[in-house]
Amino acid sequence: MKYIEEYRNAELVQKISEKLKVYDNLDISLMEVCGGHTMAIHRFGIPSLLPKGIKLISGPGCPVCVSSINFIDKAIACSALKEVVIATYGDLIRVPGSKSSLEKEKSKGADVRIVYSTLEALNIAKTNQDKKVVFLGIGFETTAPASAVAIQKAYKEGVSNFYLLSAHKIMPPVMEALLNDDVKIDGFICPGHVSTITGSSIYDFIPEKYKIACVVTGFEPTDLMQSIELLTNQIANDNQKVEIQYSRAVTKSGNTKAQAIMNEVFETRNDFWRGIGEIPDSGLKLREKYKDFNAELVFDIQIESKRENPACICGDILRGIKTPKECKLFGKTCTPINPVGACMVSSEGSCAAYYKYSSYE
Amino acid sequence: MQHIINTVVMSEIITLNHGSGGKASQDLIKEIFIKSFGDPNAVLSDSAILDIDSRKIAFTTDSFVIDPVFFPGGDIGKLAVCGTVNDIAVSGAIPKYLTTSFILEEGLLINDLKKIVNSMSEQATIANVKIVAGDTKVVQKGKCDKIFINTTGIGTLEKDYSYISTGEKIINGDKIIVNGPLGDHSIAVLGARNELEFKTEVQSDCACLHELIQDVLTAGKQIKFMRDITRGGLATVLNELSGIVNLGIELTEKEIPVKESVNGLCEVLGFDPLYLANEGKVMLVVHKDDAKEIVEIMKKNQFGKESKIIGEIVSDHKNMVVGKTEIGGKRIINTLQGEQLPRIC
Repeated sequence: MKYIEEYRNAELVQKISEKLKVYDNLDISLMEVCGGHTMAIHRFGIPSLLPKGIKLISGPGCPVCVSSINFIDKAIACSALKEVVIATYGDLIRVPGSKSSLEKEKSKGADVRIVYSTLEALNIAKTNQDKKVVFLGIGFETTAPASAVAIQKAYKEGVSNFYLLSAHKIMPPVMEALLNDDVKIDGFICPGHVSTITGSSIYDFIPEKYKIACVVTGFEPTDLMQSIELLTNQIANDNQKVEIQYSRAVTKSGNTKAQAIMNEVFETRNDFWRGIGEIPDSGLKLREKYKDFNAELVFDIQIESKRENPACICGDILRGIKTPKECKLFGKTCTPINPVGACMVSSEGSCAAYYKYSSYE
Repeated sequence: MQHIINTVVMSEIITLNHGSGGKASQDLIKEIFIKSFGDPNAVLSDSAILDIDSRKIAFTTDSFVIDPVFFPGGDIGKLAVCGTVNDIAVSGAIPKYLTTSFILEEGLLINDLKKIVNSMSEQATIANVKIVAGDTKVVQKGKCDKIFINTTGIGTLEKDYSYISTGEKIINGDKIIVNGPLGDHSIAVLGARNELEFKTEVQSDCACLHELIQDVLTAGKQIKFMRDITRGGLATVLNELSGIVNLGIELTEKEIPVKESVNGLCEVLGFDPLYLANEGKVMLVVHKDDAKEIVEIMKKNQFGKESKIIGEIVSDHKNMVVGKTEIGGKRIINTLQGEQLPRIC
């Protein structure tokens, strides 16, 4: 396929794989903090091409996985309200809340619709005036601007039956939280799509303050292999900095227009990350101007949250301390059809990716 | 990977997942239907092979529900005939007779019903089968989605091909063949639903494969196993096979035919073509010495022009399907776990 084949060049990948063999005696851990990377790494069998000394660990990069159980419970509570339509991206419907999931509620009759864009959700509101459409806003800097655009449009057009339940989060605070934690990370495979919006400068503090290598990376096999090589070189030469491998899409300053829209609509708040806990200024909520669109303020949502299954180690997996295979539940009581923890739910979750693609050794 | 948890035992209600053709569907069959109707050790194949007065008969049934009922490359009527014809054909039998039942929703246009029935008749002529009995029920609006069709069929086996259903002749080194690009049906139907804001030229591959299959069966080559690749996709069929024969399967991913347009949409939506449904695709396991000649025979049929050898049976990693990725890595390919959901970013 044009524009893709050139990035799936087996010869080039093999060449890099050969070059990396000299690093077999290193002991470095590279963390990818984007679910898209986790998927690509397993889909193409990247770990089977790396020397033992280079370990890839998966961080909290899957937006579905890091959304708190409270958020799912709130969404389910909303779905039970009269005349409410839940509009959501597909991955979210299977995520387990305390007692149920949106998929199960849908089977019982709740009006849950999968949409592919925020504007599609807005359209449902416009064409169903008798319904209240709640869009589940999830994702990082990649999807937050799309939610912001829908809210701006709804505001401008005076749409009064469209609401956002926001679980939007931003990347830098969680990366810093991991660096302050006891996780061994030598380098970050920085997210590609997030960086398209934010630019690479949001990572500048990482080498400056923590001396950790950063490479903004694309999603194809040659991208990943090249980034792993760049990171390994930085670490081996003790020259930690931010590099952009994904230069066909990412600049230092990013998409300033999208950033402006996002800032106009959202402000940061402390937010809860599933398995990690509360991180200051890591979530996005609607600004005062848009309070009439804020589902949390408009609807009386009563939830009683339960603790997550204590045997589930999603938290340690999201922080890169453990791998899915170290979990007692993995593949036994926790599978993609009956996920216990959030990492098993989304196709981008570490556990789901391991389960589906688990590198053949 | 141990599939210890049975999704039916775990779930109190039927969800759409139980109809996805993947793991949940298999659990439903094992836990509910086989327990009541069947032999728990039997290989579940596309048709039952019956012995009636020492004649071998293939017998099968299938129900068809699809939204929308008309889609590029076919409609529910064409699907209903081809689906059952193919189930009989891959069992090594020659399809002979079908019965059909309709559940119609109040309000369905008579003209639409005519079109659907005409396309059933057209396919029946092509497949050289007779539709010999039928039934109709009409339900209130909202109690079904426009039209549901069941077809049941029988076919005769000219030789004892029962090993083709069980896979008992499969050995290490056998080759795996498919008759063309995967995923066209799924993508065509998805595009026709208008939920996605994309237009696609992709047509469903829906077709009766009885001739293609008879062409290879009668060529005197060593055909060891056949399955039509429908819901759950190639990945699910291969996982079932590796379990049946207790051997490993290795796929060479760059050899697996997928149309560029289908691949492109899969990239955008986060789908894996190996899990997409087909309605005119068959997977064959054949002896390695015959594989190339069989592909040549298949290529002469209009539904086999893009046939390819895509992998082989191996003695390593028993009960497991492993893909050699296009860049030279290796990965495990599991059974479809749940309907594929479009990813967020």
